[in-house]
Amino acid sequence: MSEELKVPTMAEYVAQGKQPEVLFWVGCAGSFDDRAKKITKAFVKLLHKAKVEFAVLGAEESCTGDPAKRTGNEFLFQMQAVTNIELLNSYQIKSIVTACPHCFNTIKNEYPDLGGNYEVMHHTQFLKSLLDEGRLTIDGGKFKGKRITFHDPCYLGRANKVYEAPRELIEKLEAELVEMKRCRQNGLCCGAGGAQMFKEPEKGDKDVNVERTEEALNTNTEIIAAGCPFCNTMMTDGVKAKEKEGEVEVLDIAELISNAQDL
Amino acid sequence: MEYLPNICFAIALFIGIAYFTRNVKKLIRNIKLGLDVEVVDQKPLRWKNMLMVALGQSKMVKRPIAGMLHIIVYLGFIIINIEILEIVIDGLVGTHRVGLKVLPVHVYGVLIGTFEILAVLVFVAVIVFWLRRNTIKLQRFWNSEMTSWPKNDANYILYFEMVLMALFIVMNATDVNFQSLNSGNIVSQFVADWFSGLPENTLHVIERTAWWLHILGVLIFLNYLYFSKHLHILLAFPNTYYAKLTPNGKLNNLESVTNEVKMMLDPNIDPFASPPEGTSPEVPAKFGASDVQDLSWVQLLNAYTCTECGRCTSECPANQTGKKLSPRKIMMDTRDRLEEVGKNIDANKGVFKEDGKQLLDNYISREELWACTTCNACVEACPVSIDPLSIIMDMRRYLVMEQSAAPAELNNMMTNIENNGAPWPYNQMDRLNWKNE
Repeated sequence: MSEELKVPTMAEYVAQGKQPEVLFWVGCAGSFDDRAKKITKAFVKLLHKAKVEFAVLGAEESCTGDPAKRTGNEFLFQMQAVTNIELLNSYQIKSIVTACPHCFNTIKNEYPDLGGNYEVMHHTQFLKSLLDEGRLTIDGGKFKGKRITFHDPCYLGRANKVYEAPRELIEKLEAELVEMKRCRQNGLCCGAGGAQMFKEPEKGDKDVNVERTEEALNTNTEIIAAGCPFCNTMMTDGVKAKEKEGEVEVLDIAELISNAQDL
Repeated sequence: MEYLPNICFAIALFIGIAYFTRNVKKLIRNIKLGLDVEVVDQKPLRWKNMLMVALGQSKMVKRPIAGMLHIIVYLGFIIINIEILEIVIDGLVGTHRVGLKVLPVHVYGVLIGTFEILAVLVFVAVIVFWLRRNTIKLQRFWNSEMTSWPKNDANYILYFEMVLMALFIVMNATDVNFQSLNSGNIVSQFVADWFSGLPENTLHVIERTAWWLHILGVLIFLNYLYFSKHLHILLAFPNTYYAKLTPNGKLNNLESVTNEVKMMLDPNIDPFASPPEGTSPEVPAKFGASDVQDLSWVQLLNAYTCTECGRCTSECPANQTGKKLSPRKIMMDTRDRLEEVGKNIDANKGVFKEDGKQLLDNYISREELWACTTCNACVEACPVSIDPLSIIMDMRRYLVMEQSAAPAELNNMMTNIENNGAPWPYNQMDRLNWKNE
């Protein structure tokens, strides 16, 4: 597929003497992971549809430092953070949206101590605000009436108490939102957080993502909605492990909205 | 000889309170072994949290059955303790039920009647607690860290409470004068029937015995606290007050690292410059925690507050999938090591003598630390706002920054971040390639 998406960079904006309304922080997964890139594109399409003037940092973007910090490498984290903050401040960025709850949490909560103060939104919060302002319409399309369960990402939910925005978006699809037993503040982790994504799990009797996927499958859902590229990977792997990939899809909220409208 | 009981009582009370004070001092001394952190912000919110979470039990009721039972025991405990006031005055002055001298009979009756009802409720709740632990065997009470002392401690507390409540009722039931008033003996009148037919003298002996055992039991229980997980009845209050107020997802910033990072990035700073005159040469900070003295006093307060209920562990994704990590064990280990350090200091005239042990490896293994997903489920679950995650993180920091002992895969990930700004080996220049794919 070689469709060219219009994705302006901050450098281009500055060259024109303009300032975007929001900076889209793509994140490492959104930039490099094949599955997550689809989420990135779906979100960009929605931004275009809502006529949002956005920019990305492109090659100037670098890891927020989240996995380093959670590994315990505060040095590497702060080196990353300070460099990113310098860049963001030099572009006079005020508001940031990201489709990754880890980037969201780090920039929102951990950058202020190092001199980075921005309004940071998760893409589900941003999409919700576009919806409320009438800039974006959501149509159920092929998801109308489907059973969808939402897996709360830890770094969106418990870490930052964002529970409703993703759910309100799912309900706008006129889909049937079914909750897992452990949801919202009691949601079970997918197993990827705290840099677990990048290592093998410790010895145990089960993988966390399988445990969580089983819980999702118990709701007889047709779609597992995610709001985090890492949860997405873990749940997709879980669905494969349970050999249900023919029946159950794992999709990001941005993909749901975008696919529903065949964007 | 007339004053012998009063003197005995005064001595018992004095010993009980003195020993308790000594324990509290030791407790404070141990907590202060932690790093000094200032927690003086947002006082109104802190008071509110304490009122809601500790006094109001707001997080206990997340699990309704345990929550309701706990509220009964907790309310009973607080309210029945008003009766201690009367017992102490009677004991010291030599009066008998001094409340009757200062209060109208029916008011006194309402008070004692309330205590009696609560005593029965507490007794029943405690039995249910015991059954949940020992007969139903709820899983969180049978994890691997819940053997020997932790298991016995929990049961001793329940026995203590059962016995104290029973003594209170028996003391009222065998008090002939009190029963003859027929006011407030709402429960004890039925128990009194069991003793009917006994001579008044015998009843008096039973009443005195129950009265003495009850107050001595209370004093012993008070002093048992320091050695027990039951300390939470006191420490839940300061612990909820000093708990973290920032979003759960925010890990604290290490200032010591910030200084070094700024120095590395600032071309104008001479890293070899001698410190300005008059300032003492900076002691290089230790990054992270390998022992209890490297943790903050709030984290040590957390450890003493933990009542080992295991809600954290039962919510932990690592623990649920059979990994070694148990957030409760992190707290128990921290307290055990802190106690060990405290005893070491006591034995060595107030100075800690190196004992070749530390919290890391001797208590908490690396396998446990690396199993954490930092999902905050344990933090969310704790009914008294303990933060096990912060200890896990501080110990990981030590492993990574002081020992370079991260798992190999994580070292690869960090090398990637250092070299190309992403946890995977992709070129930073390719970050926008997705738009054309």
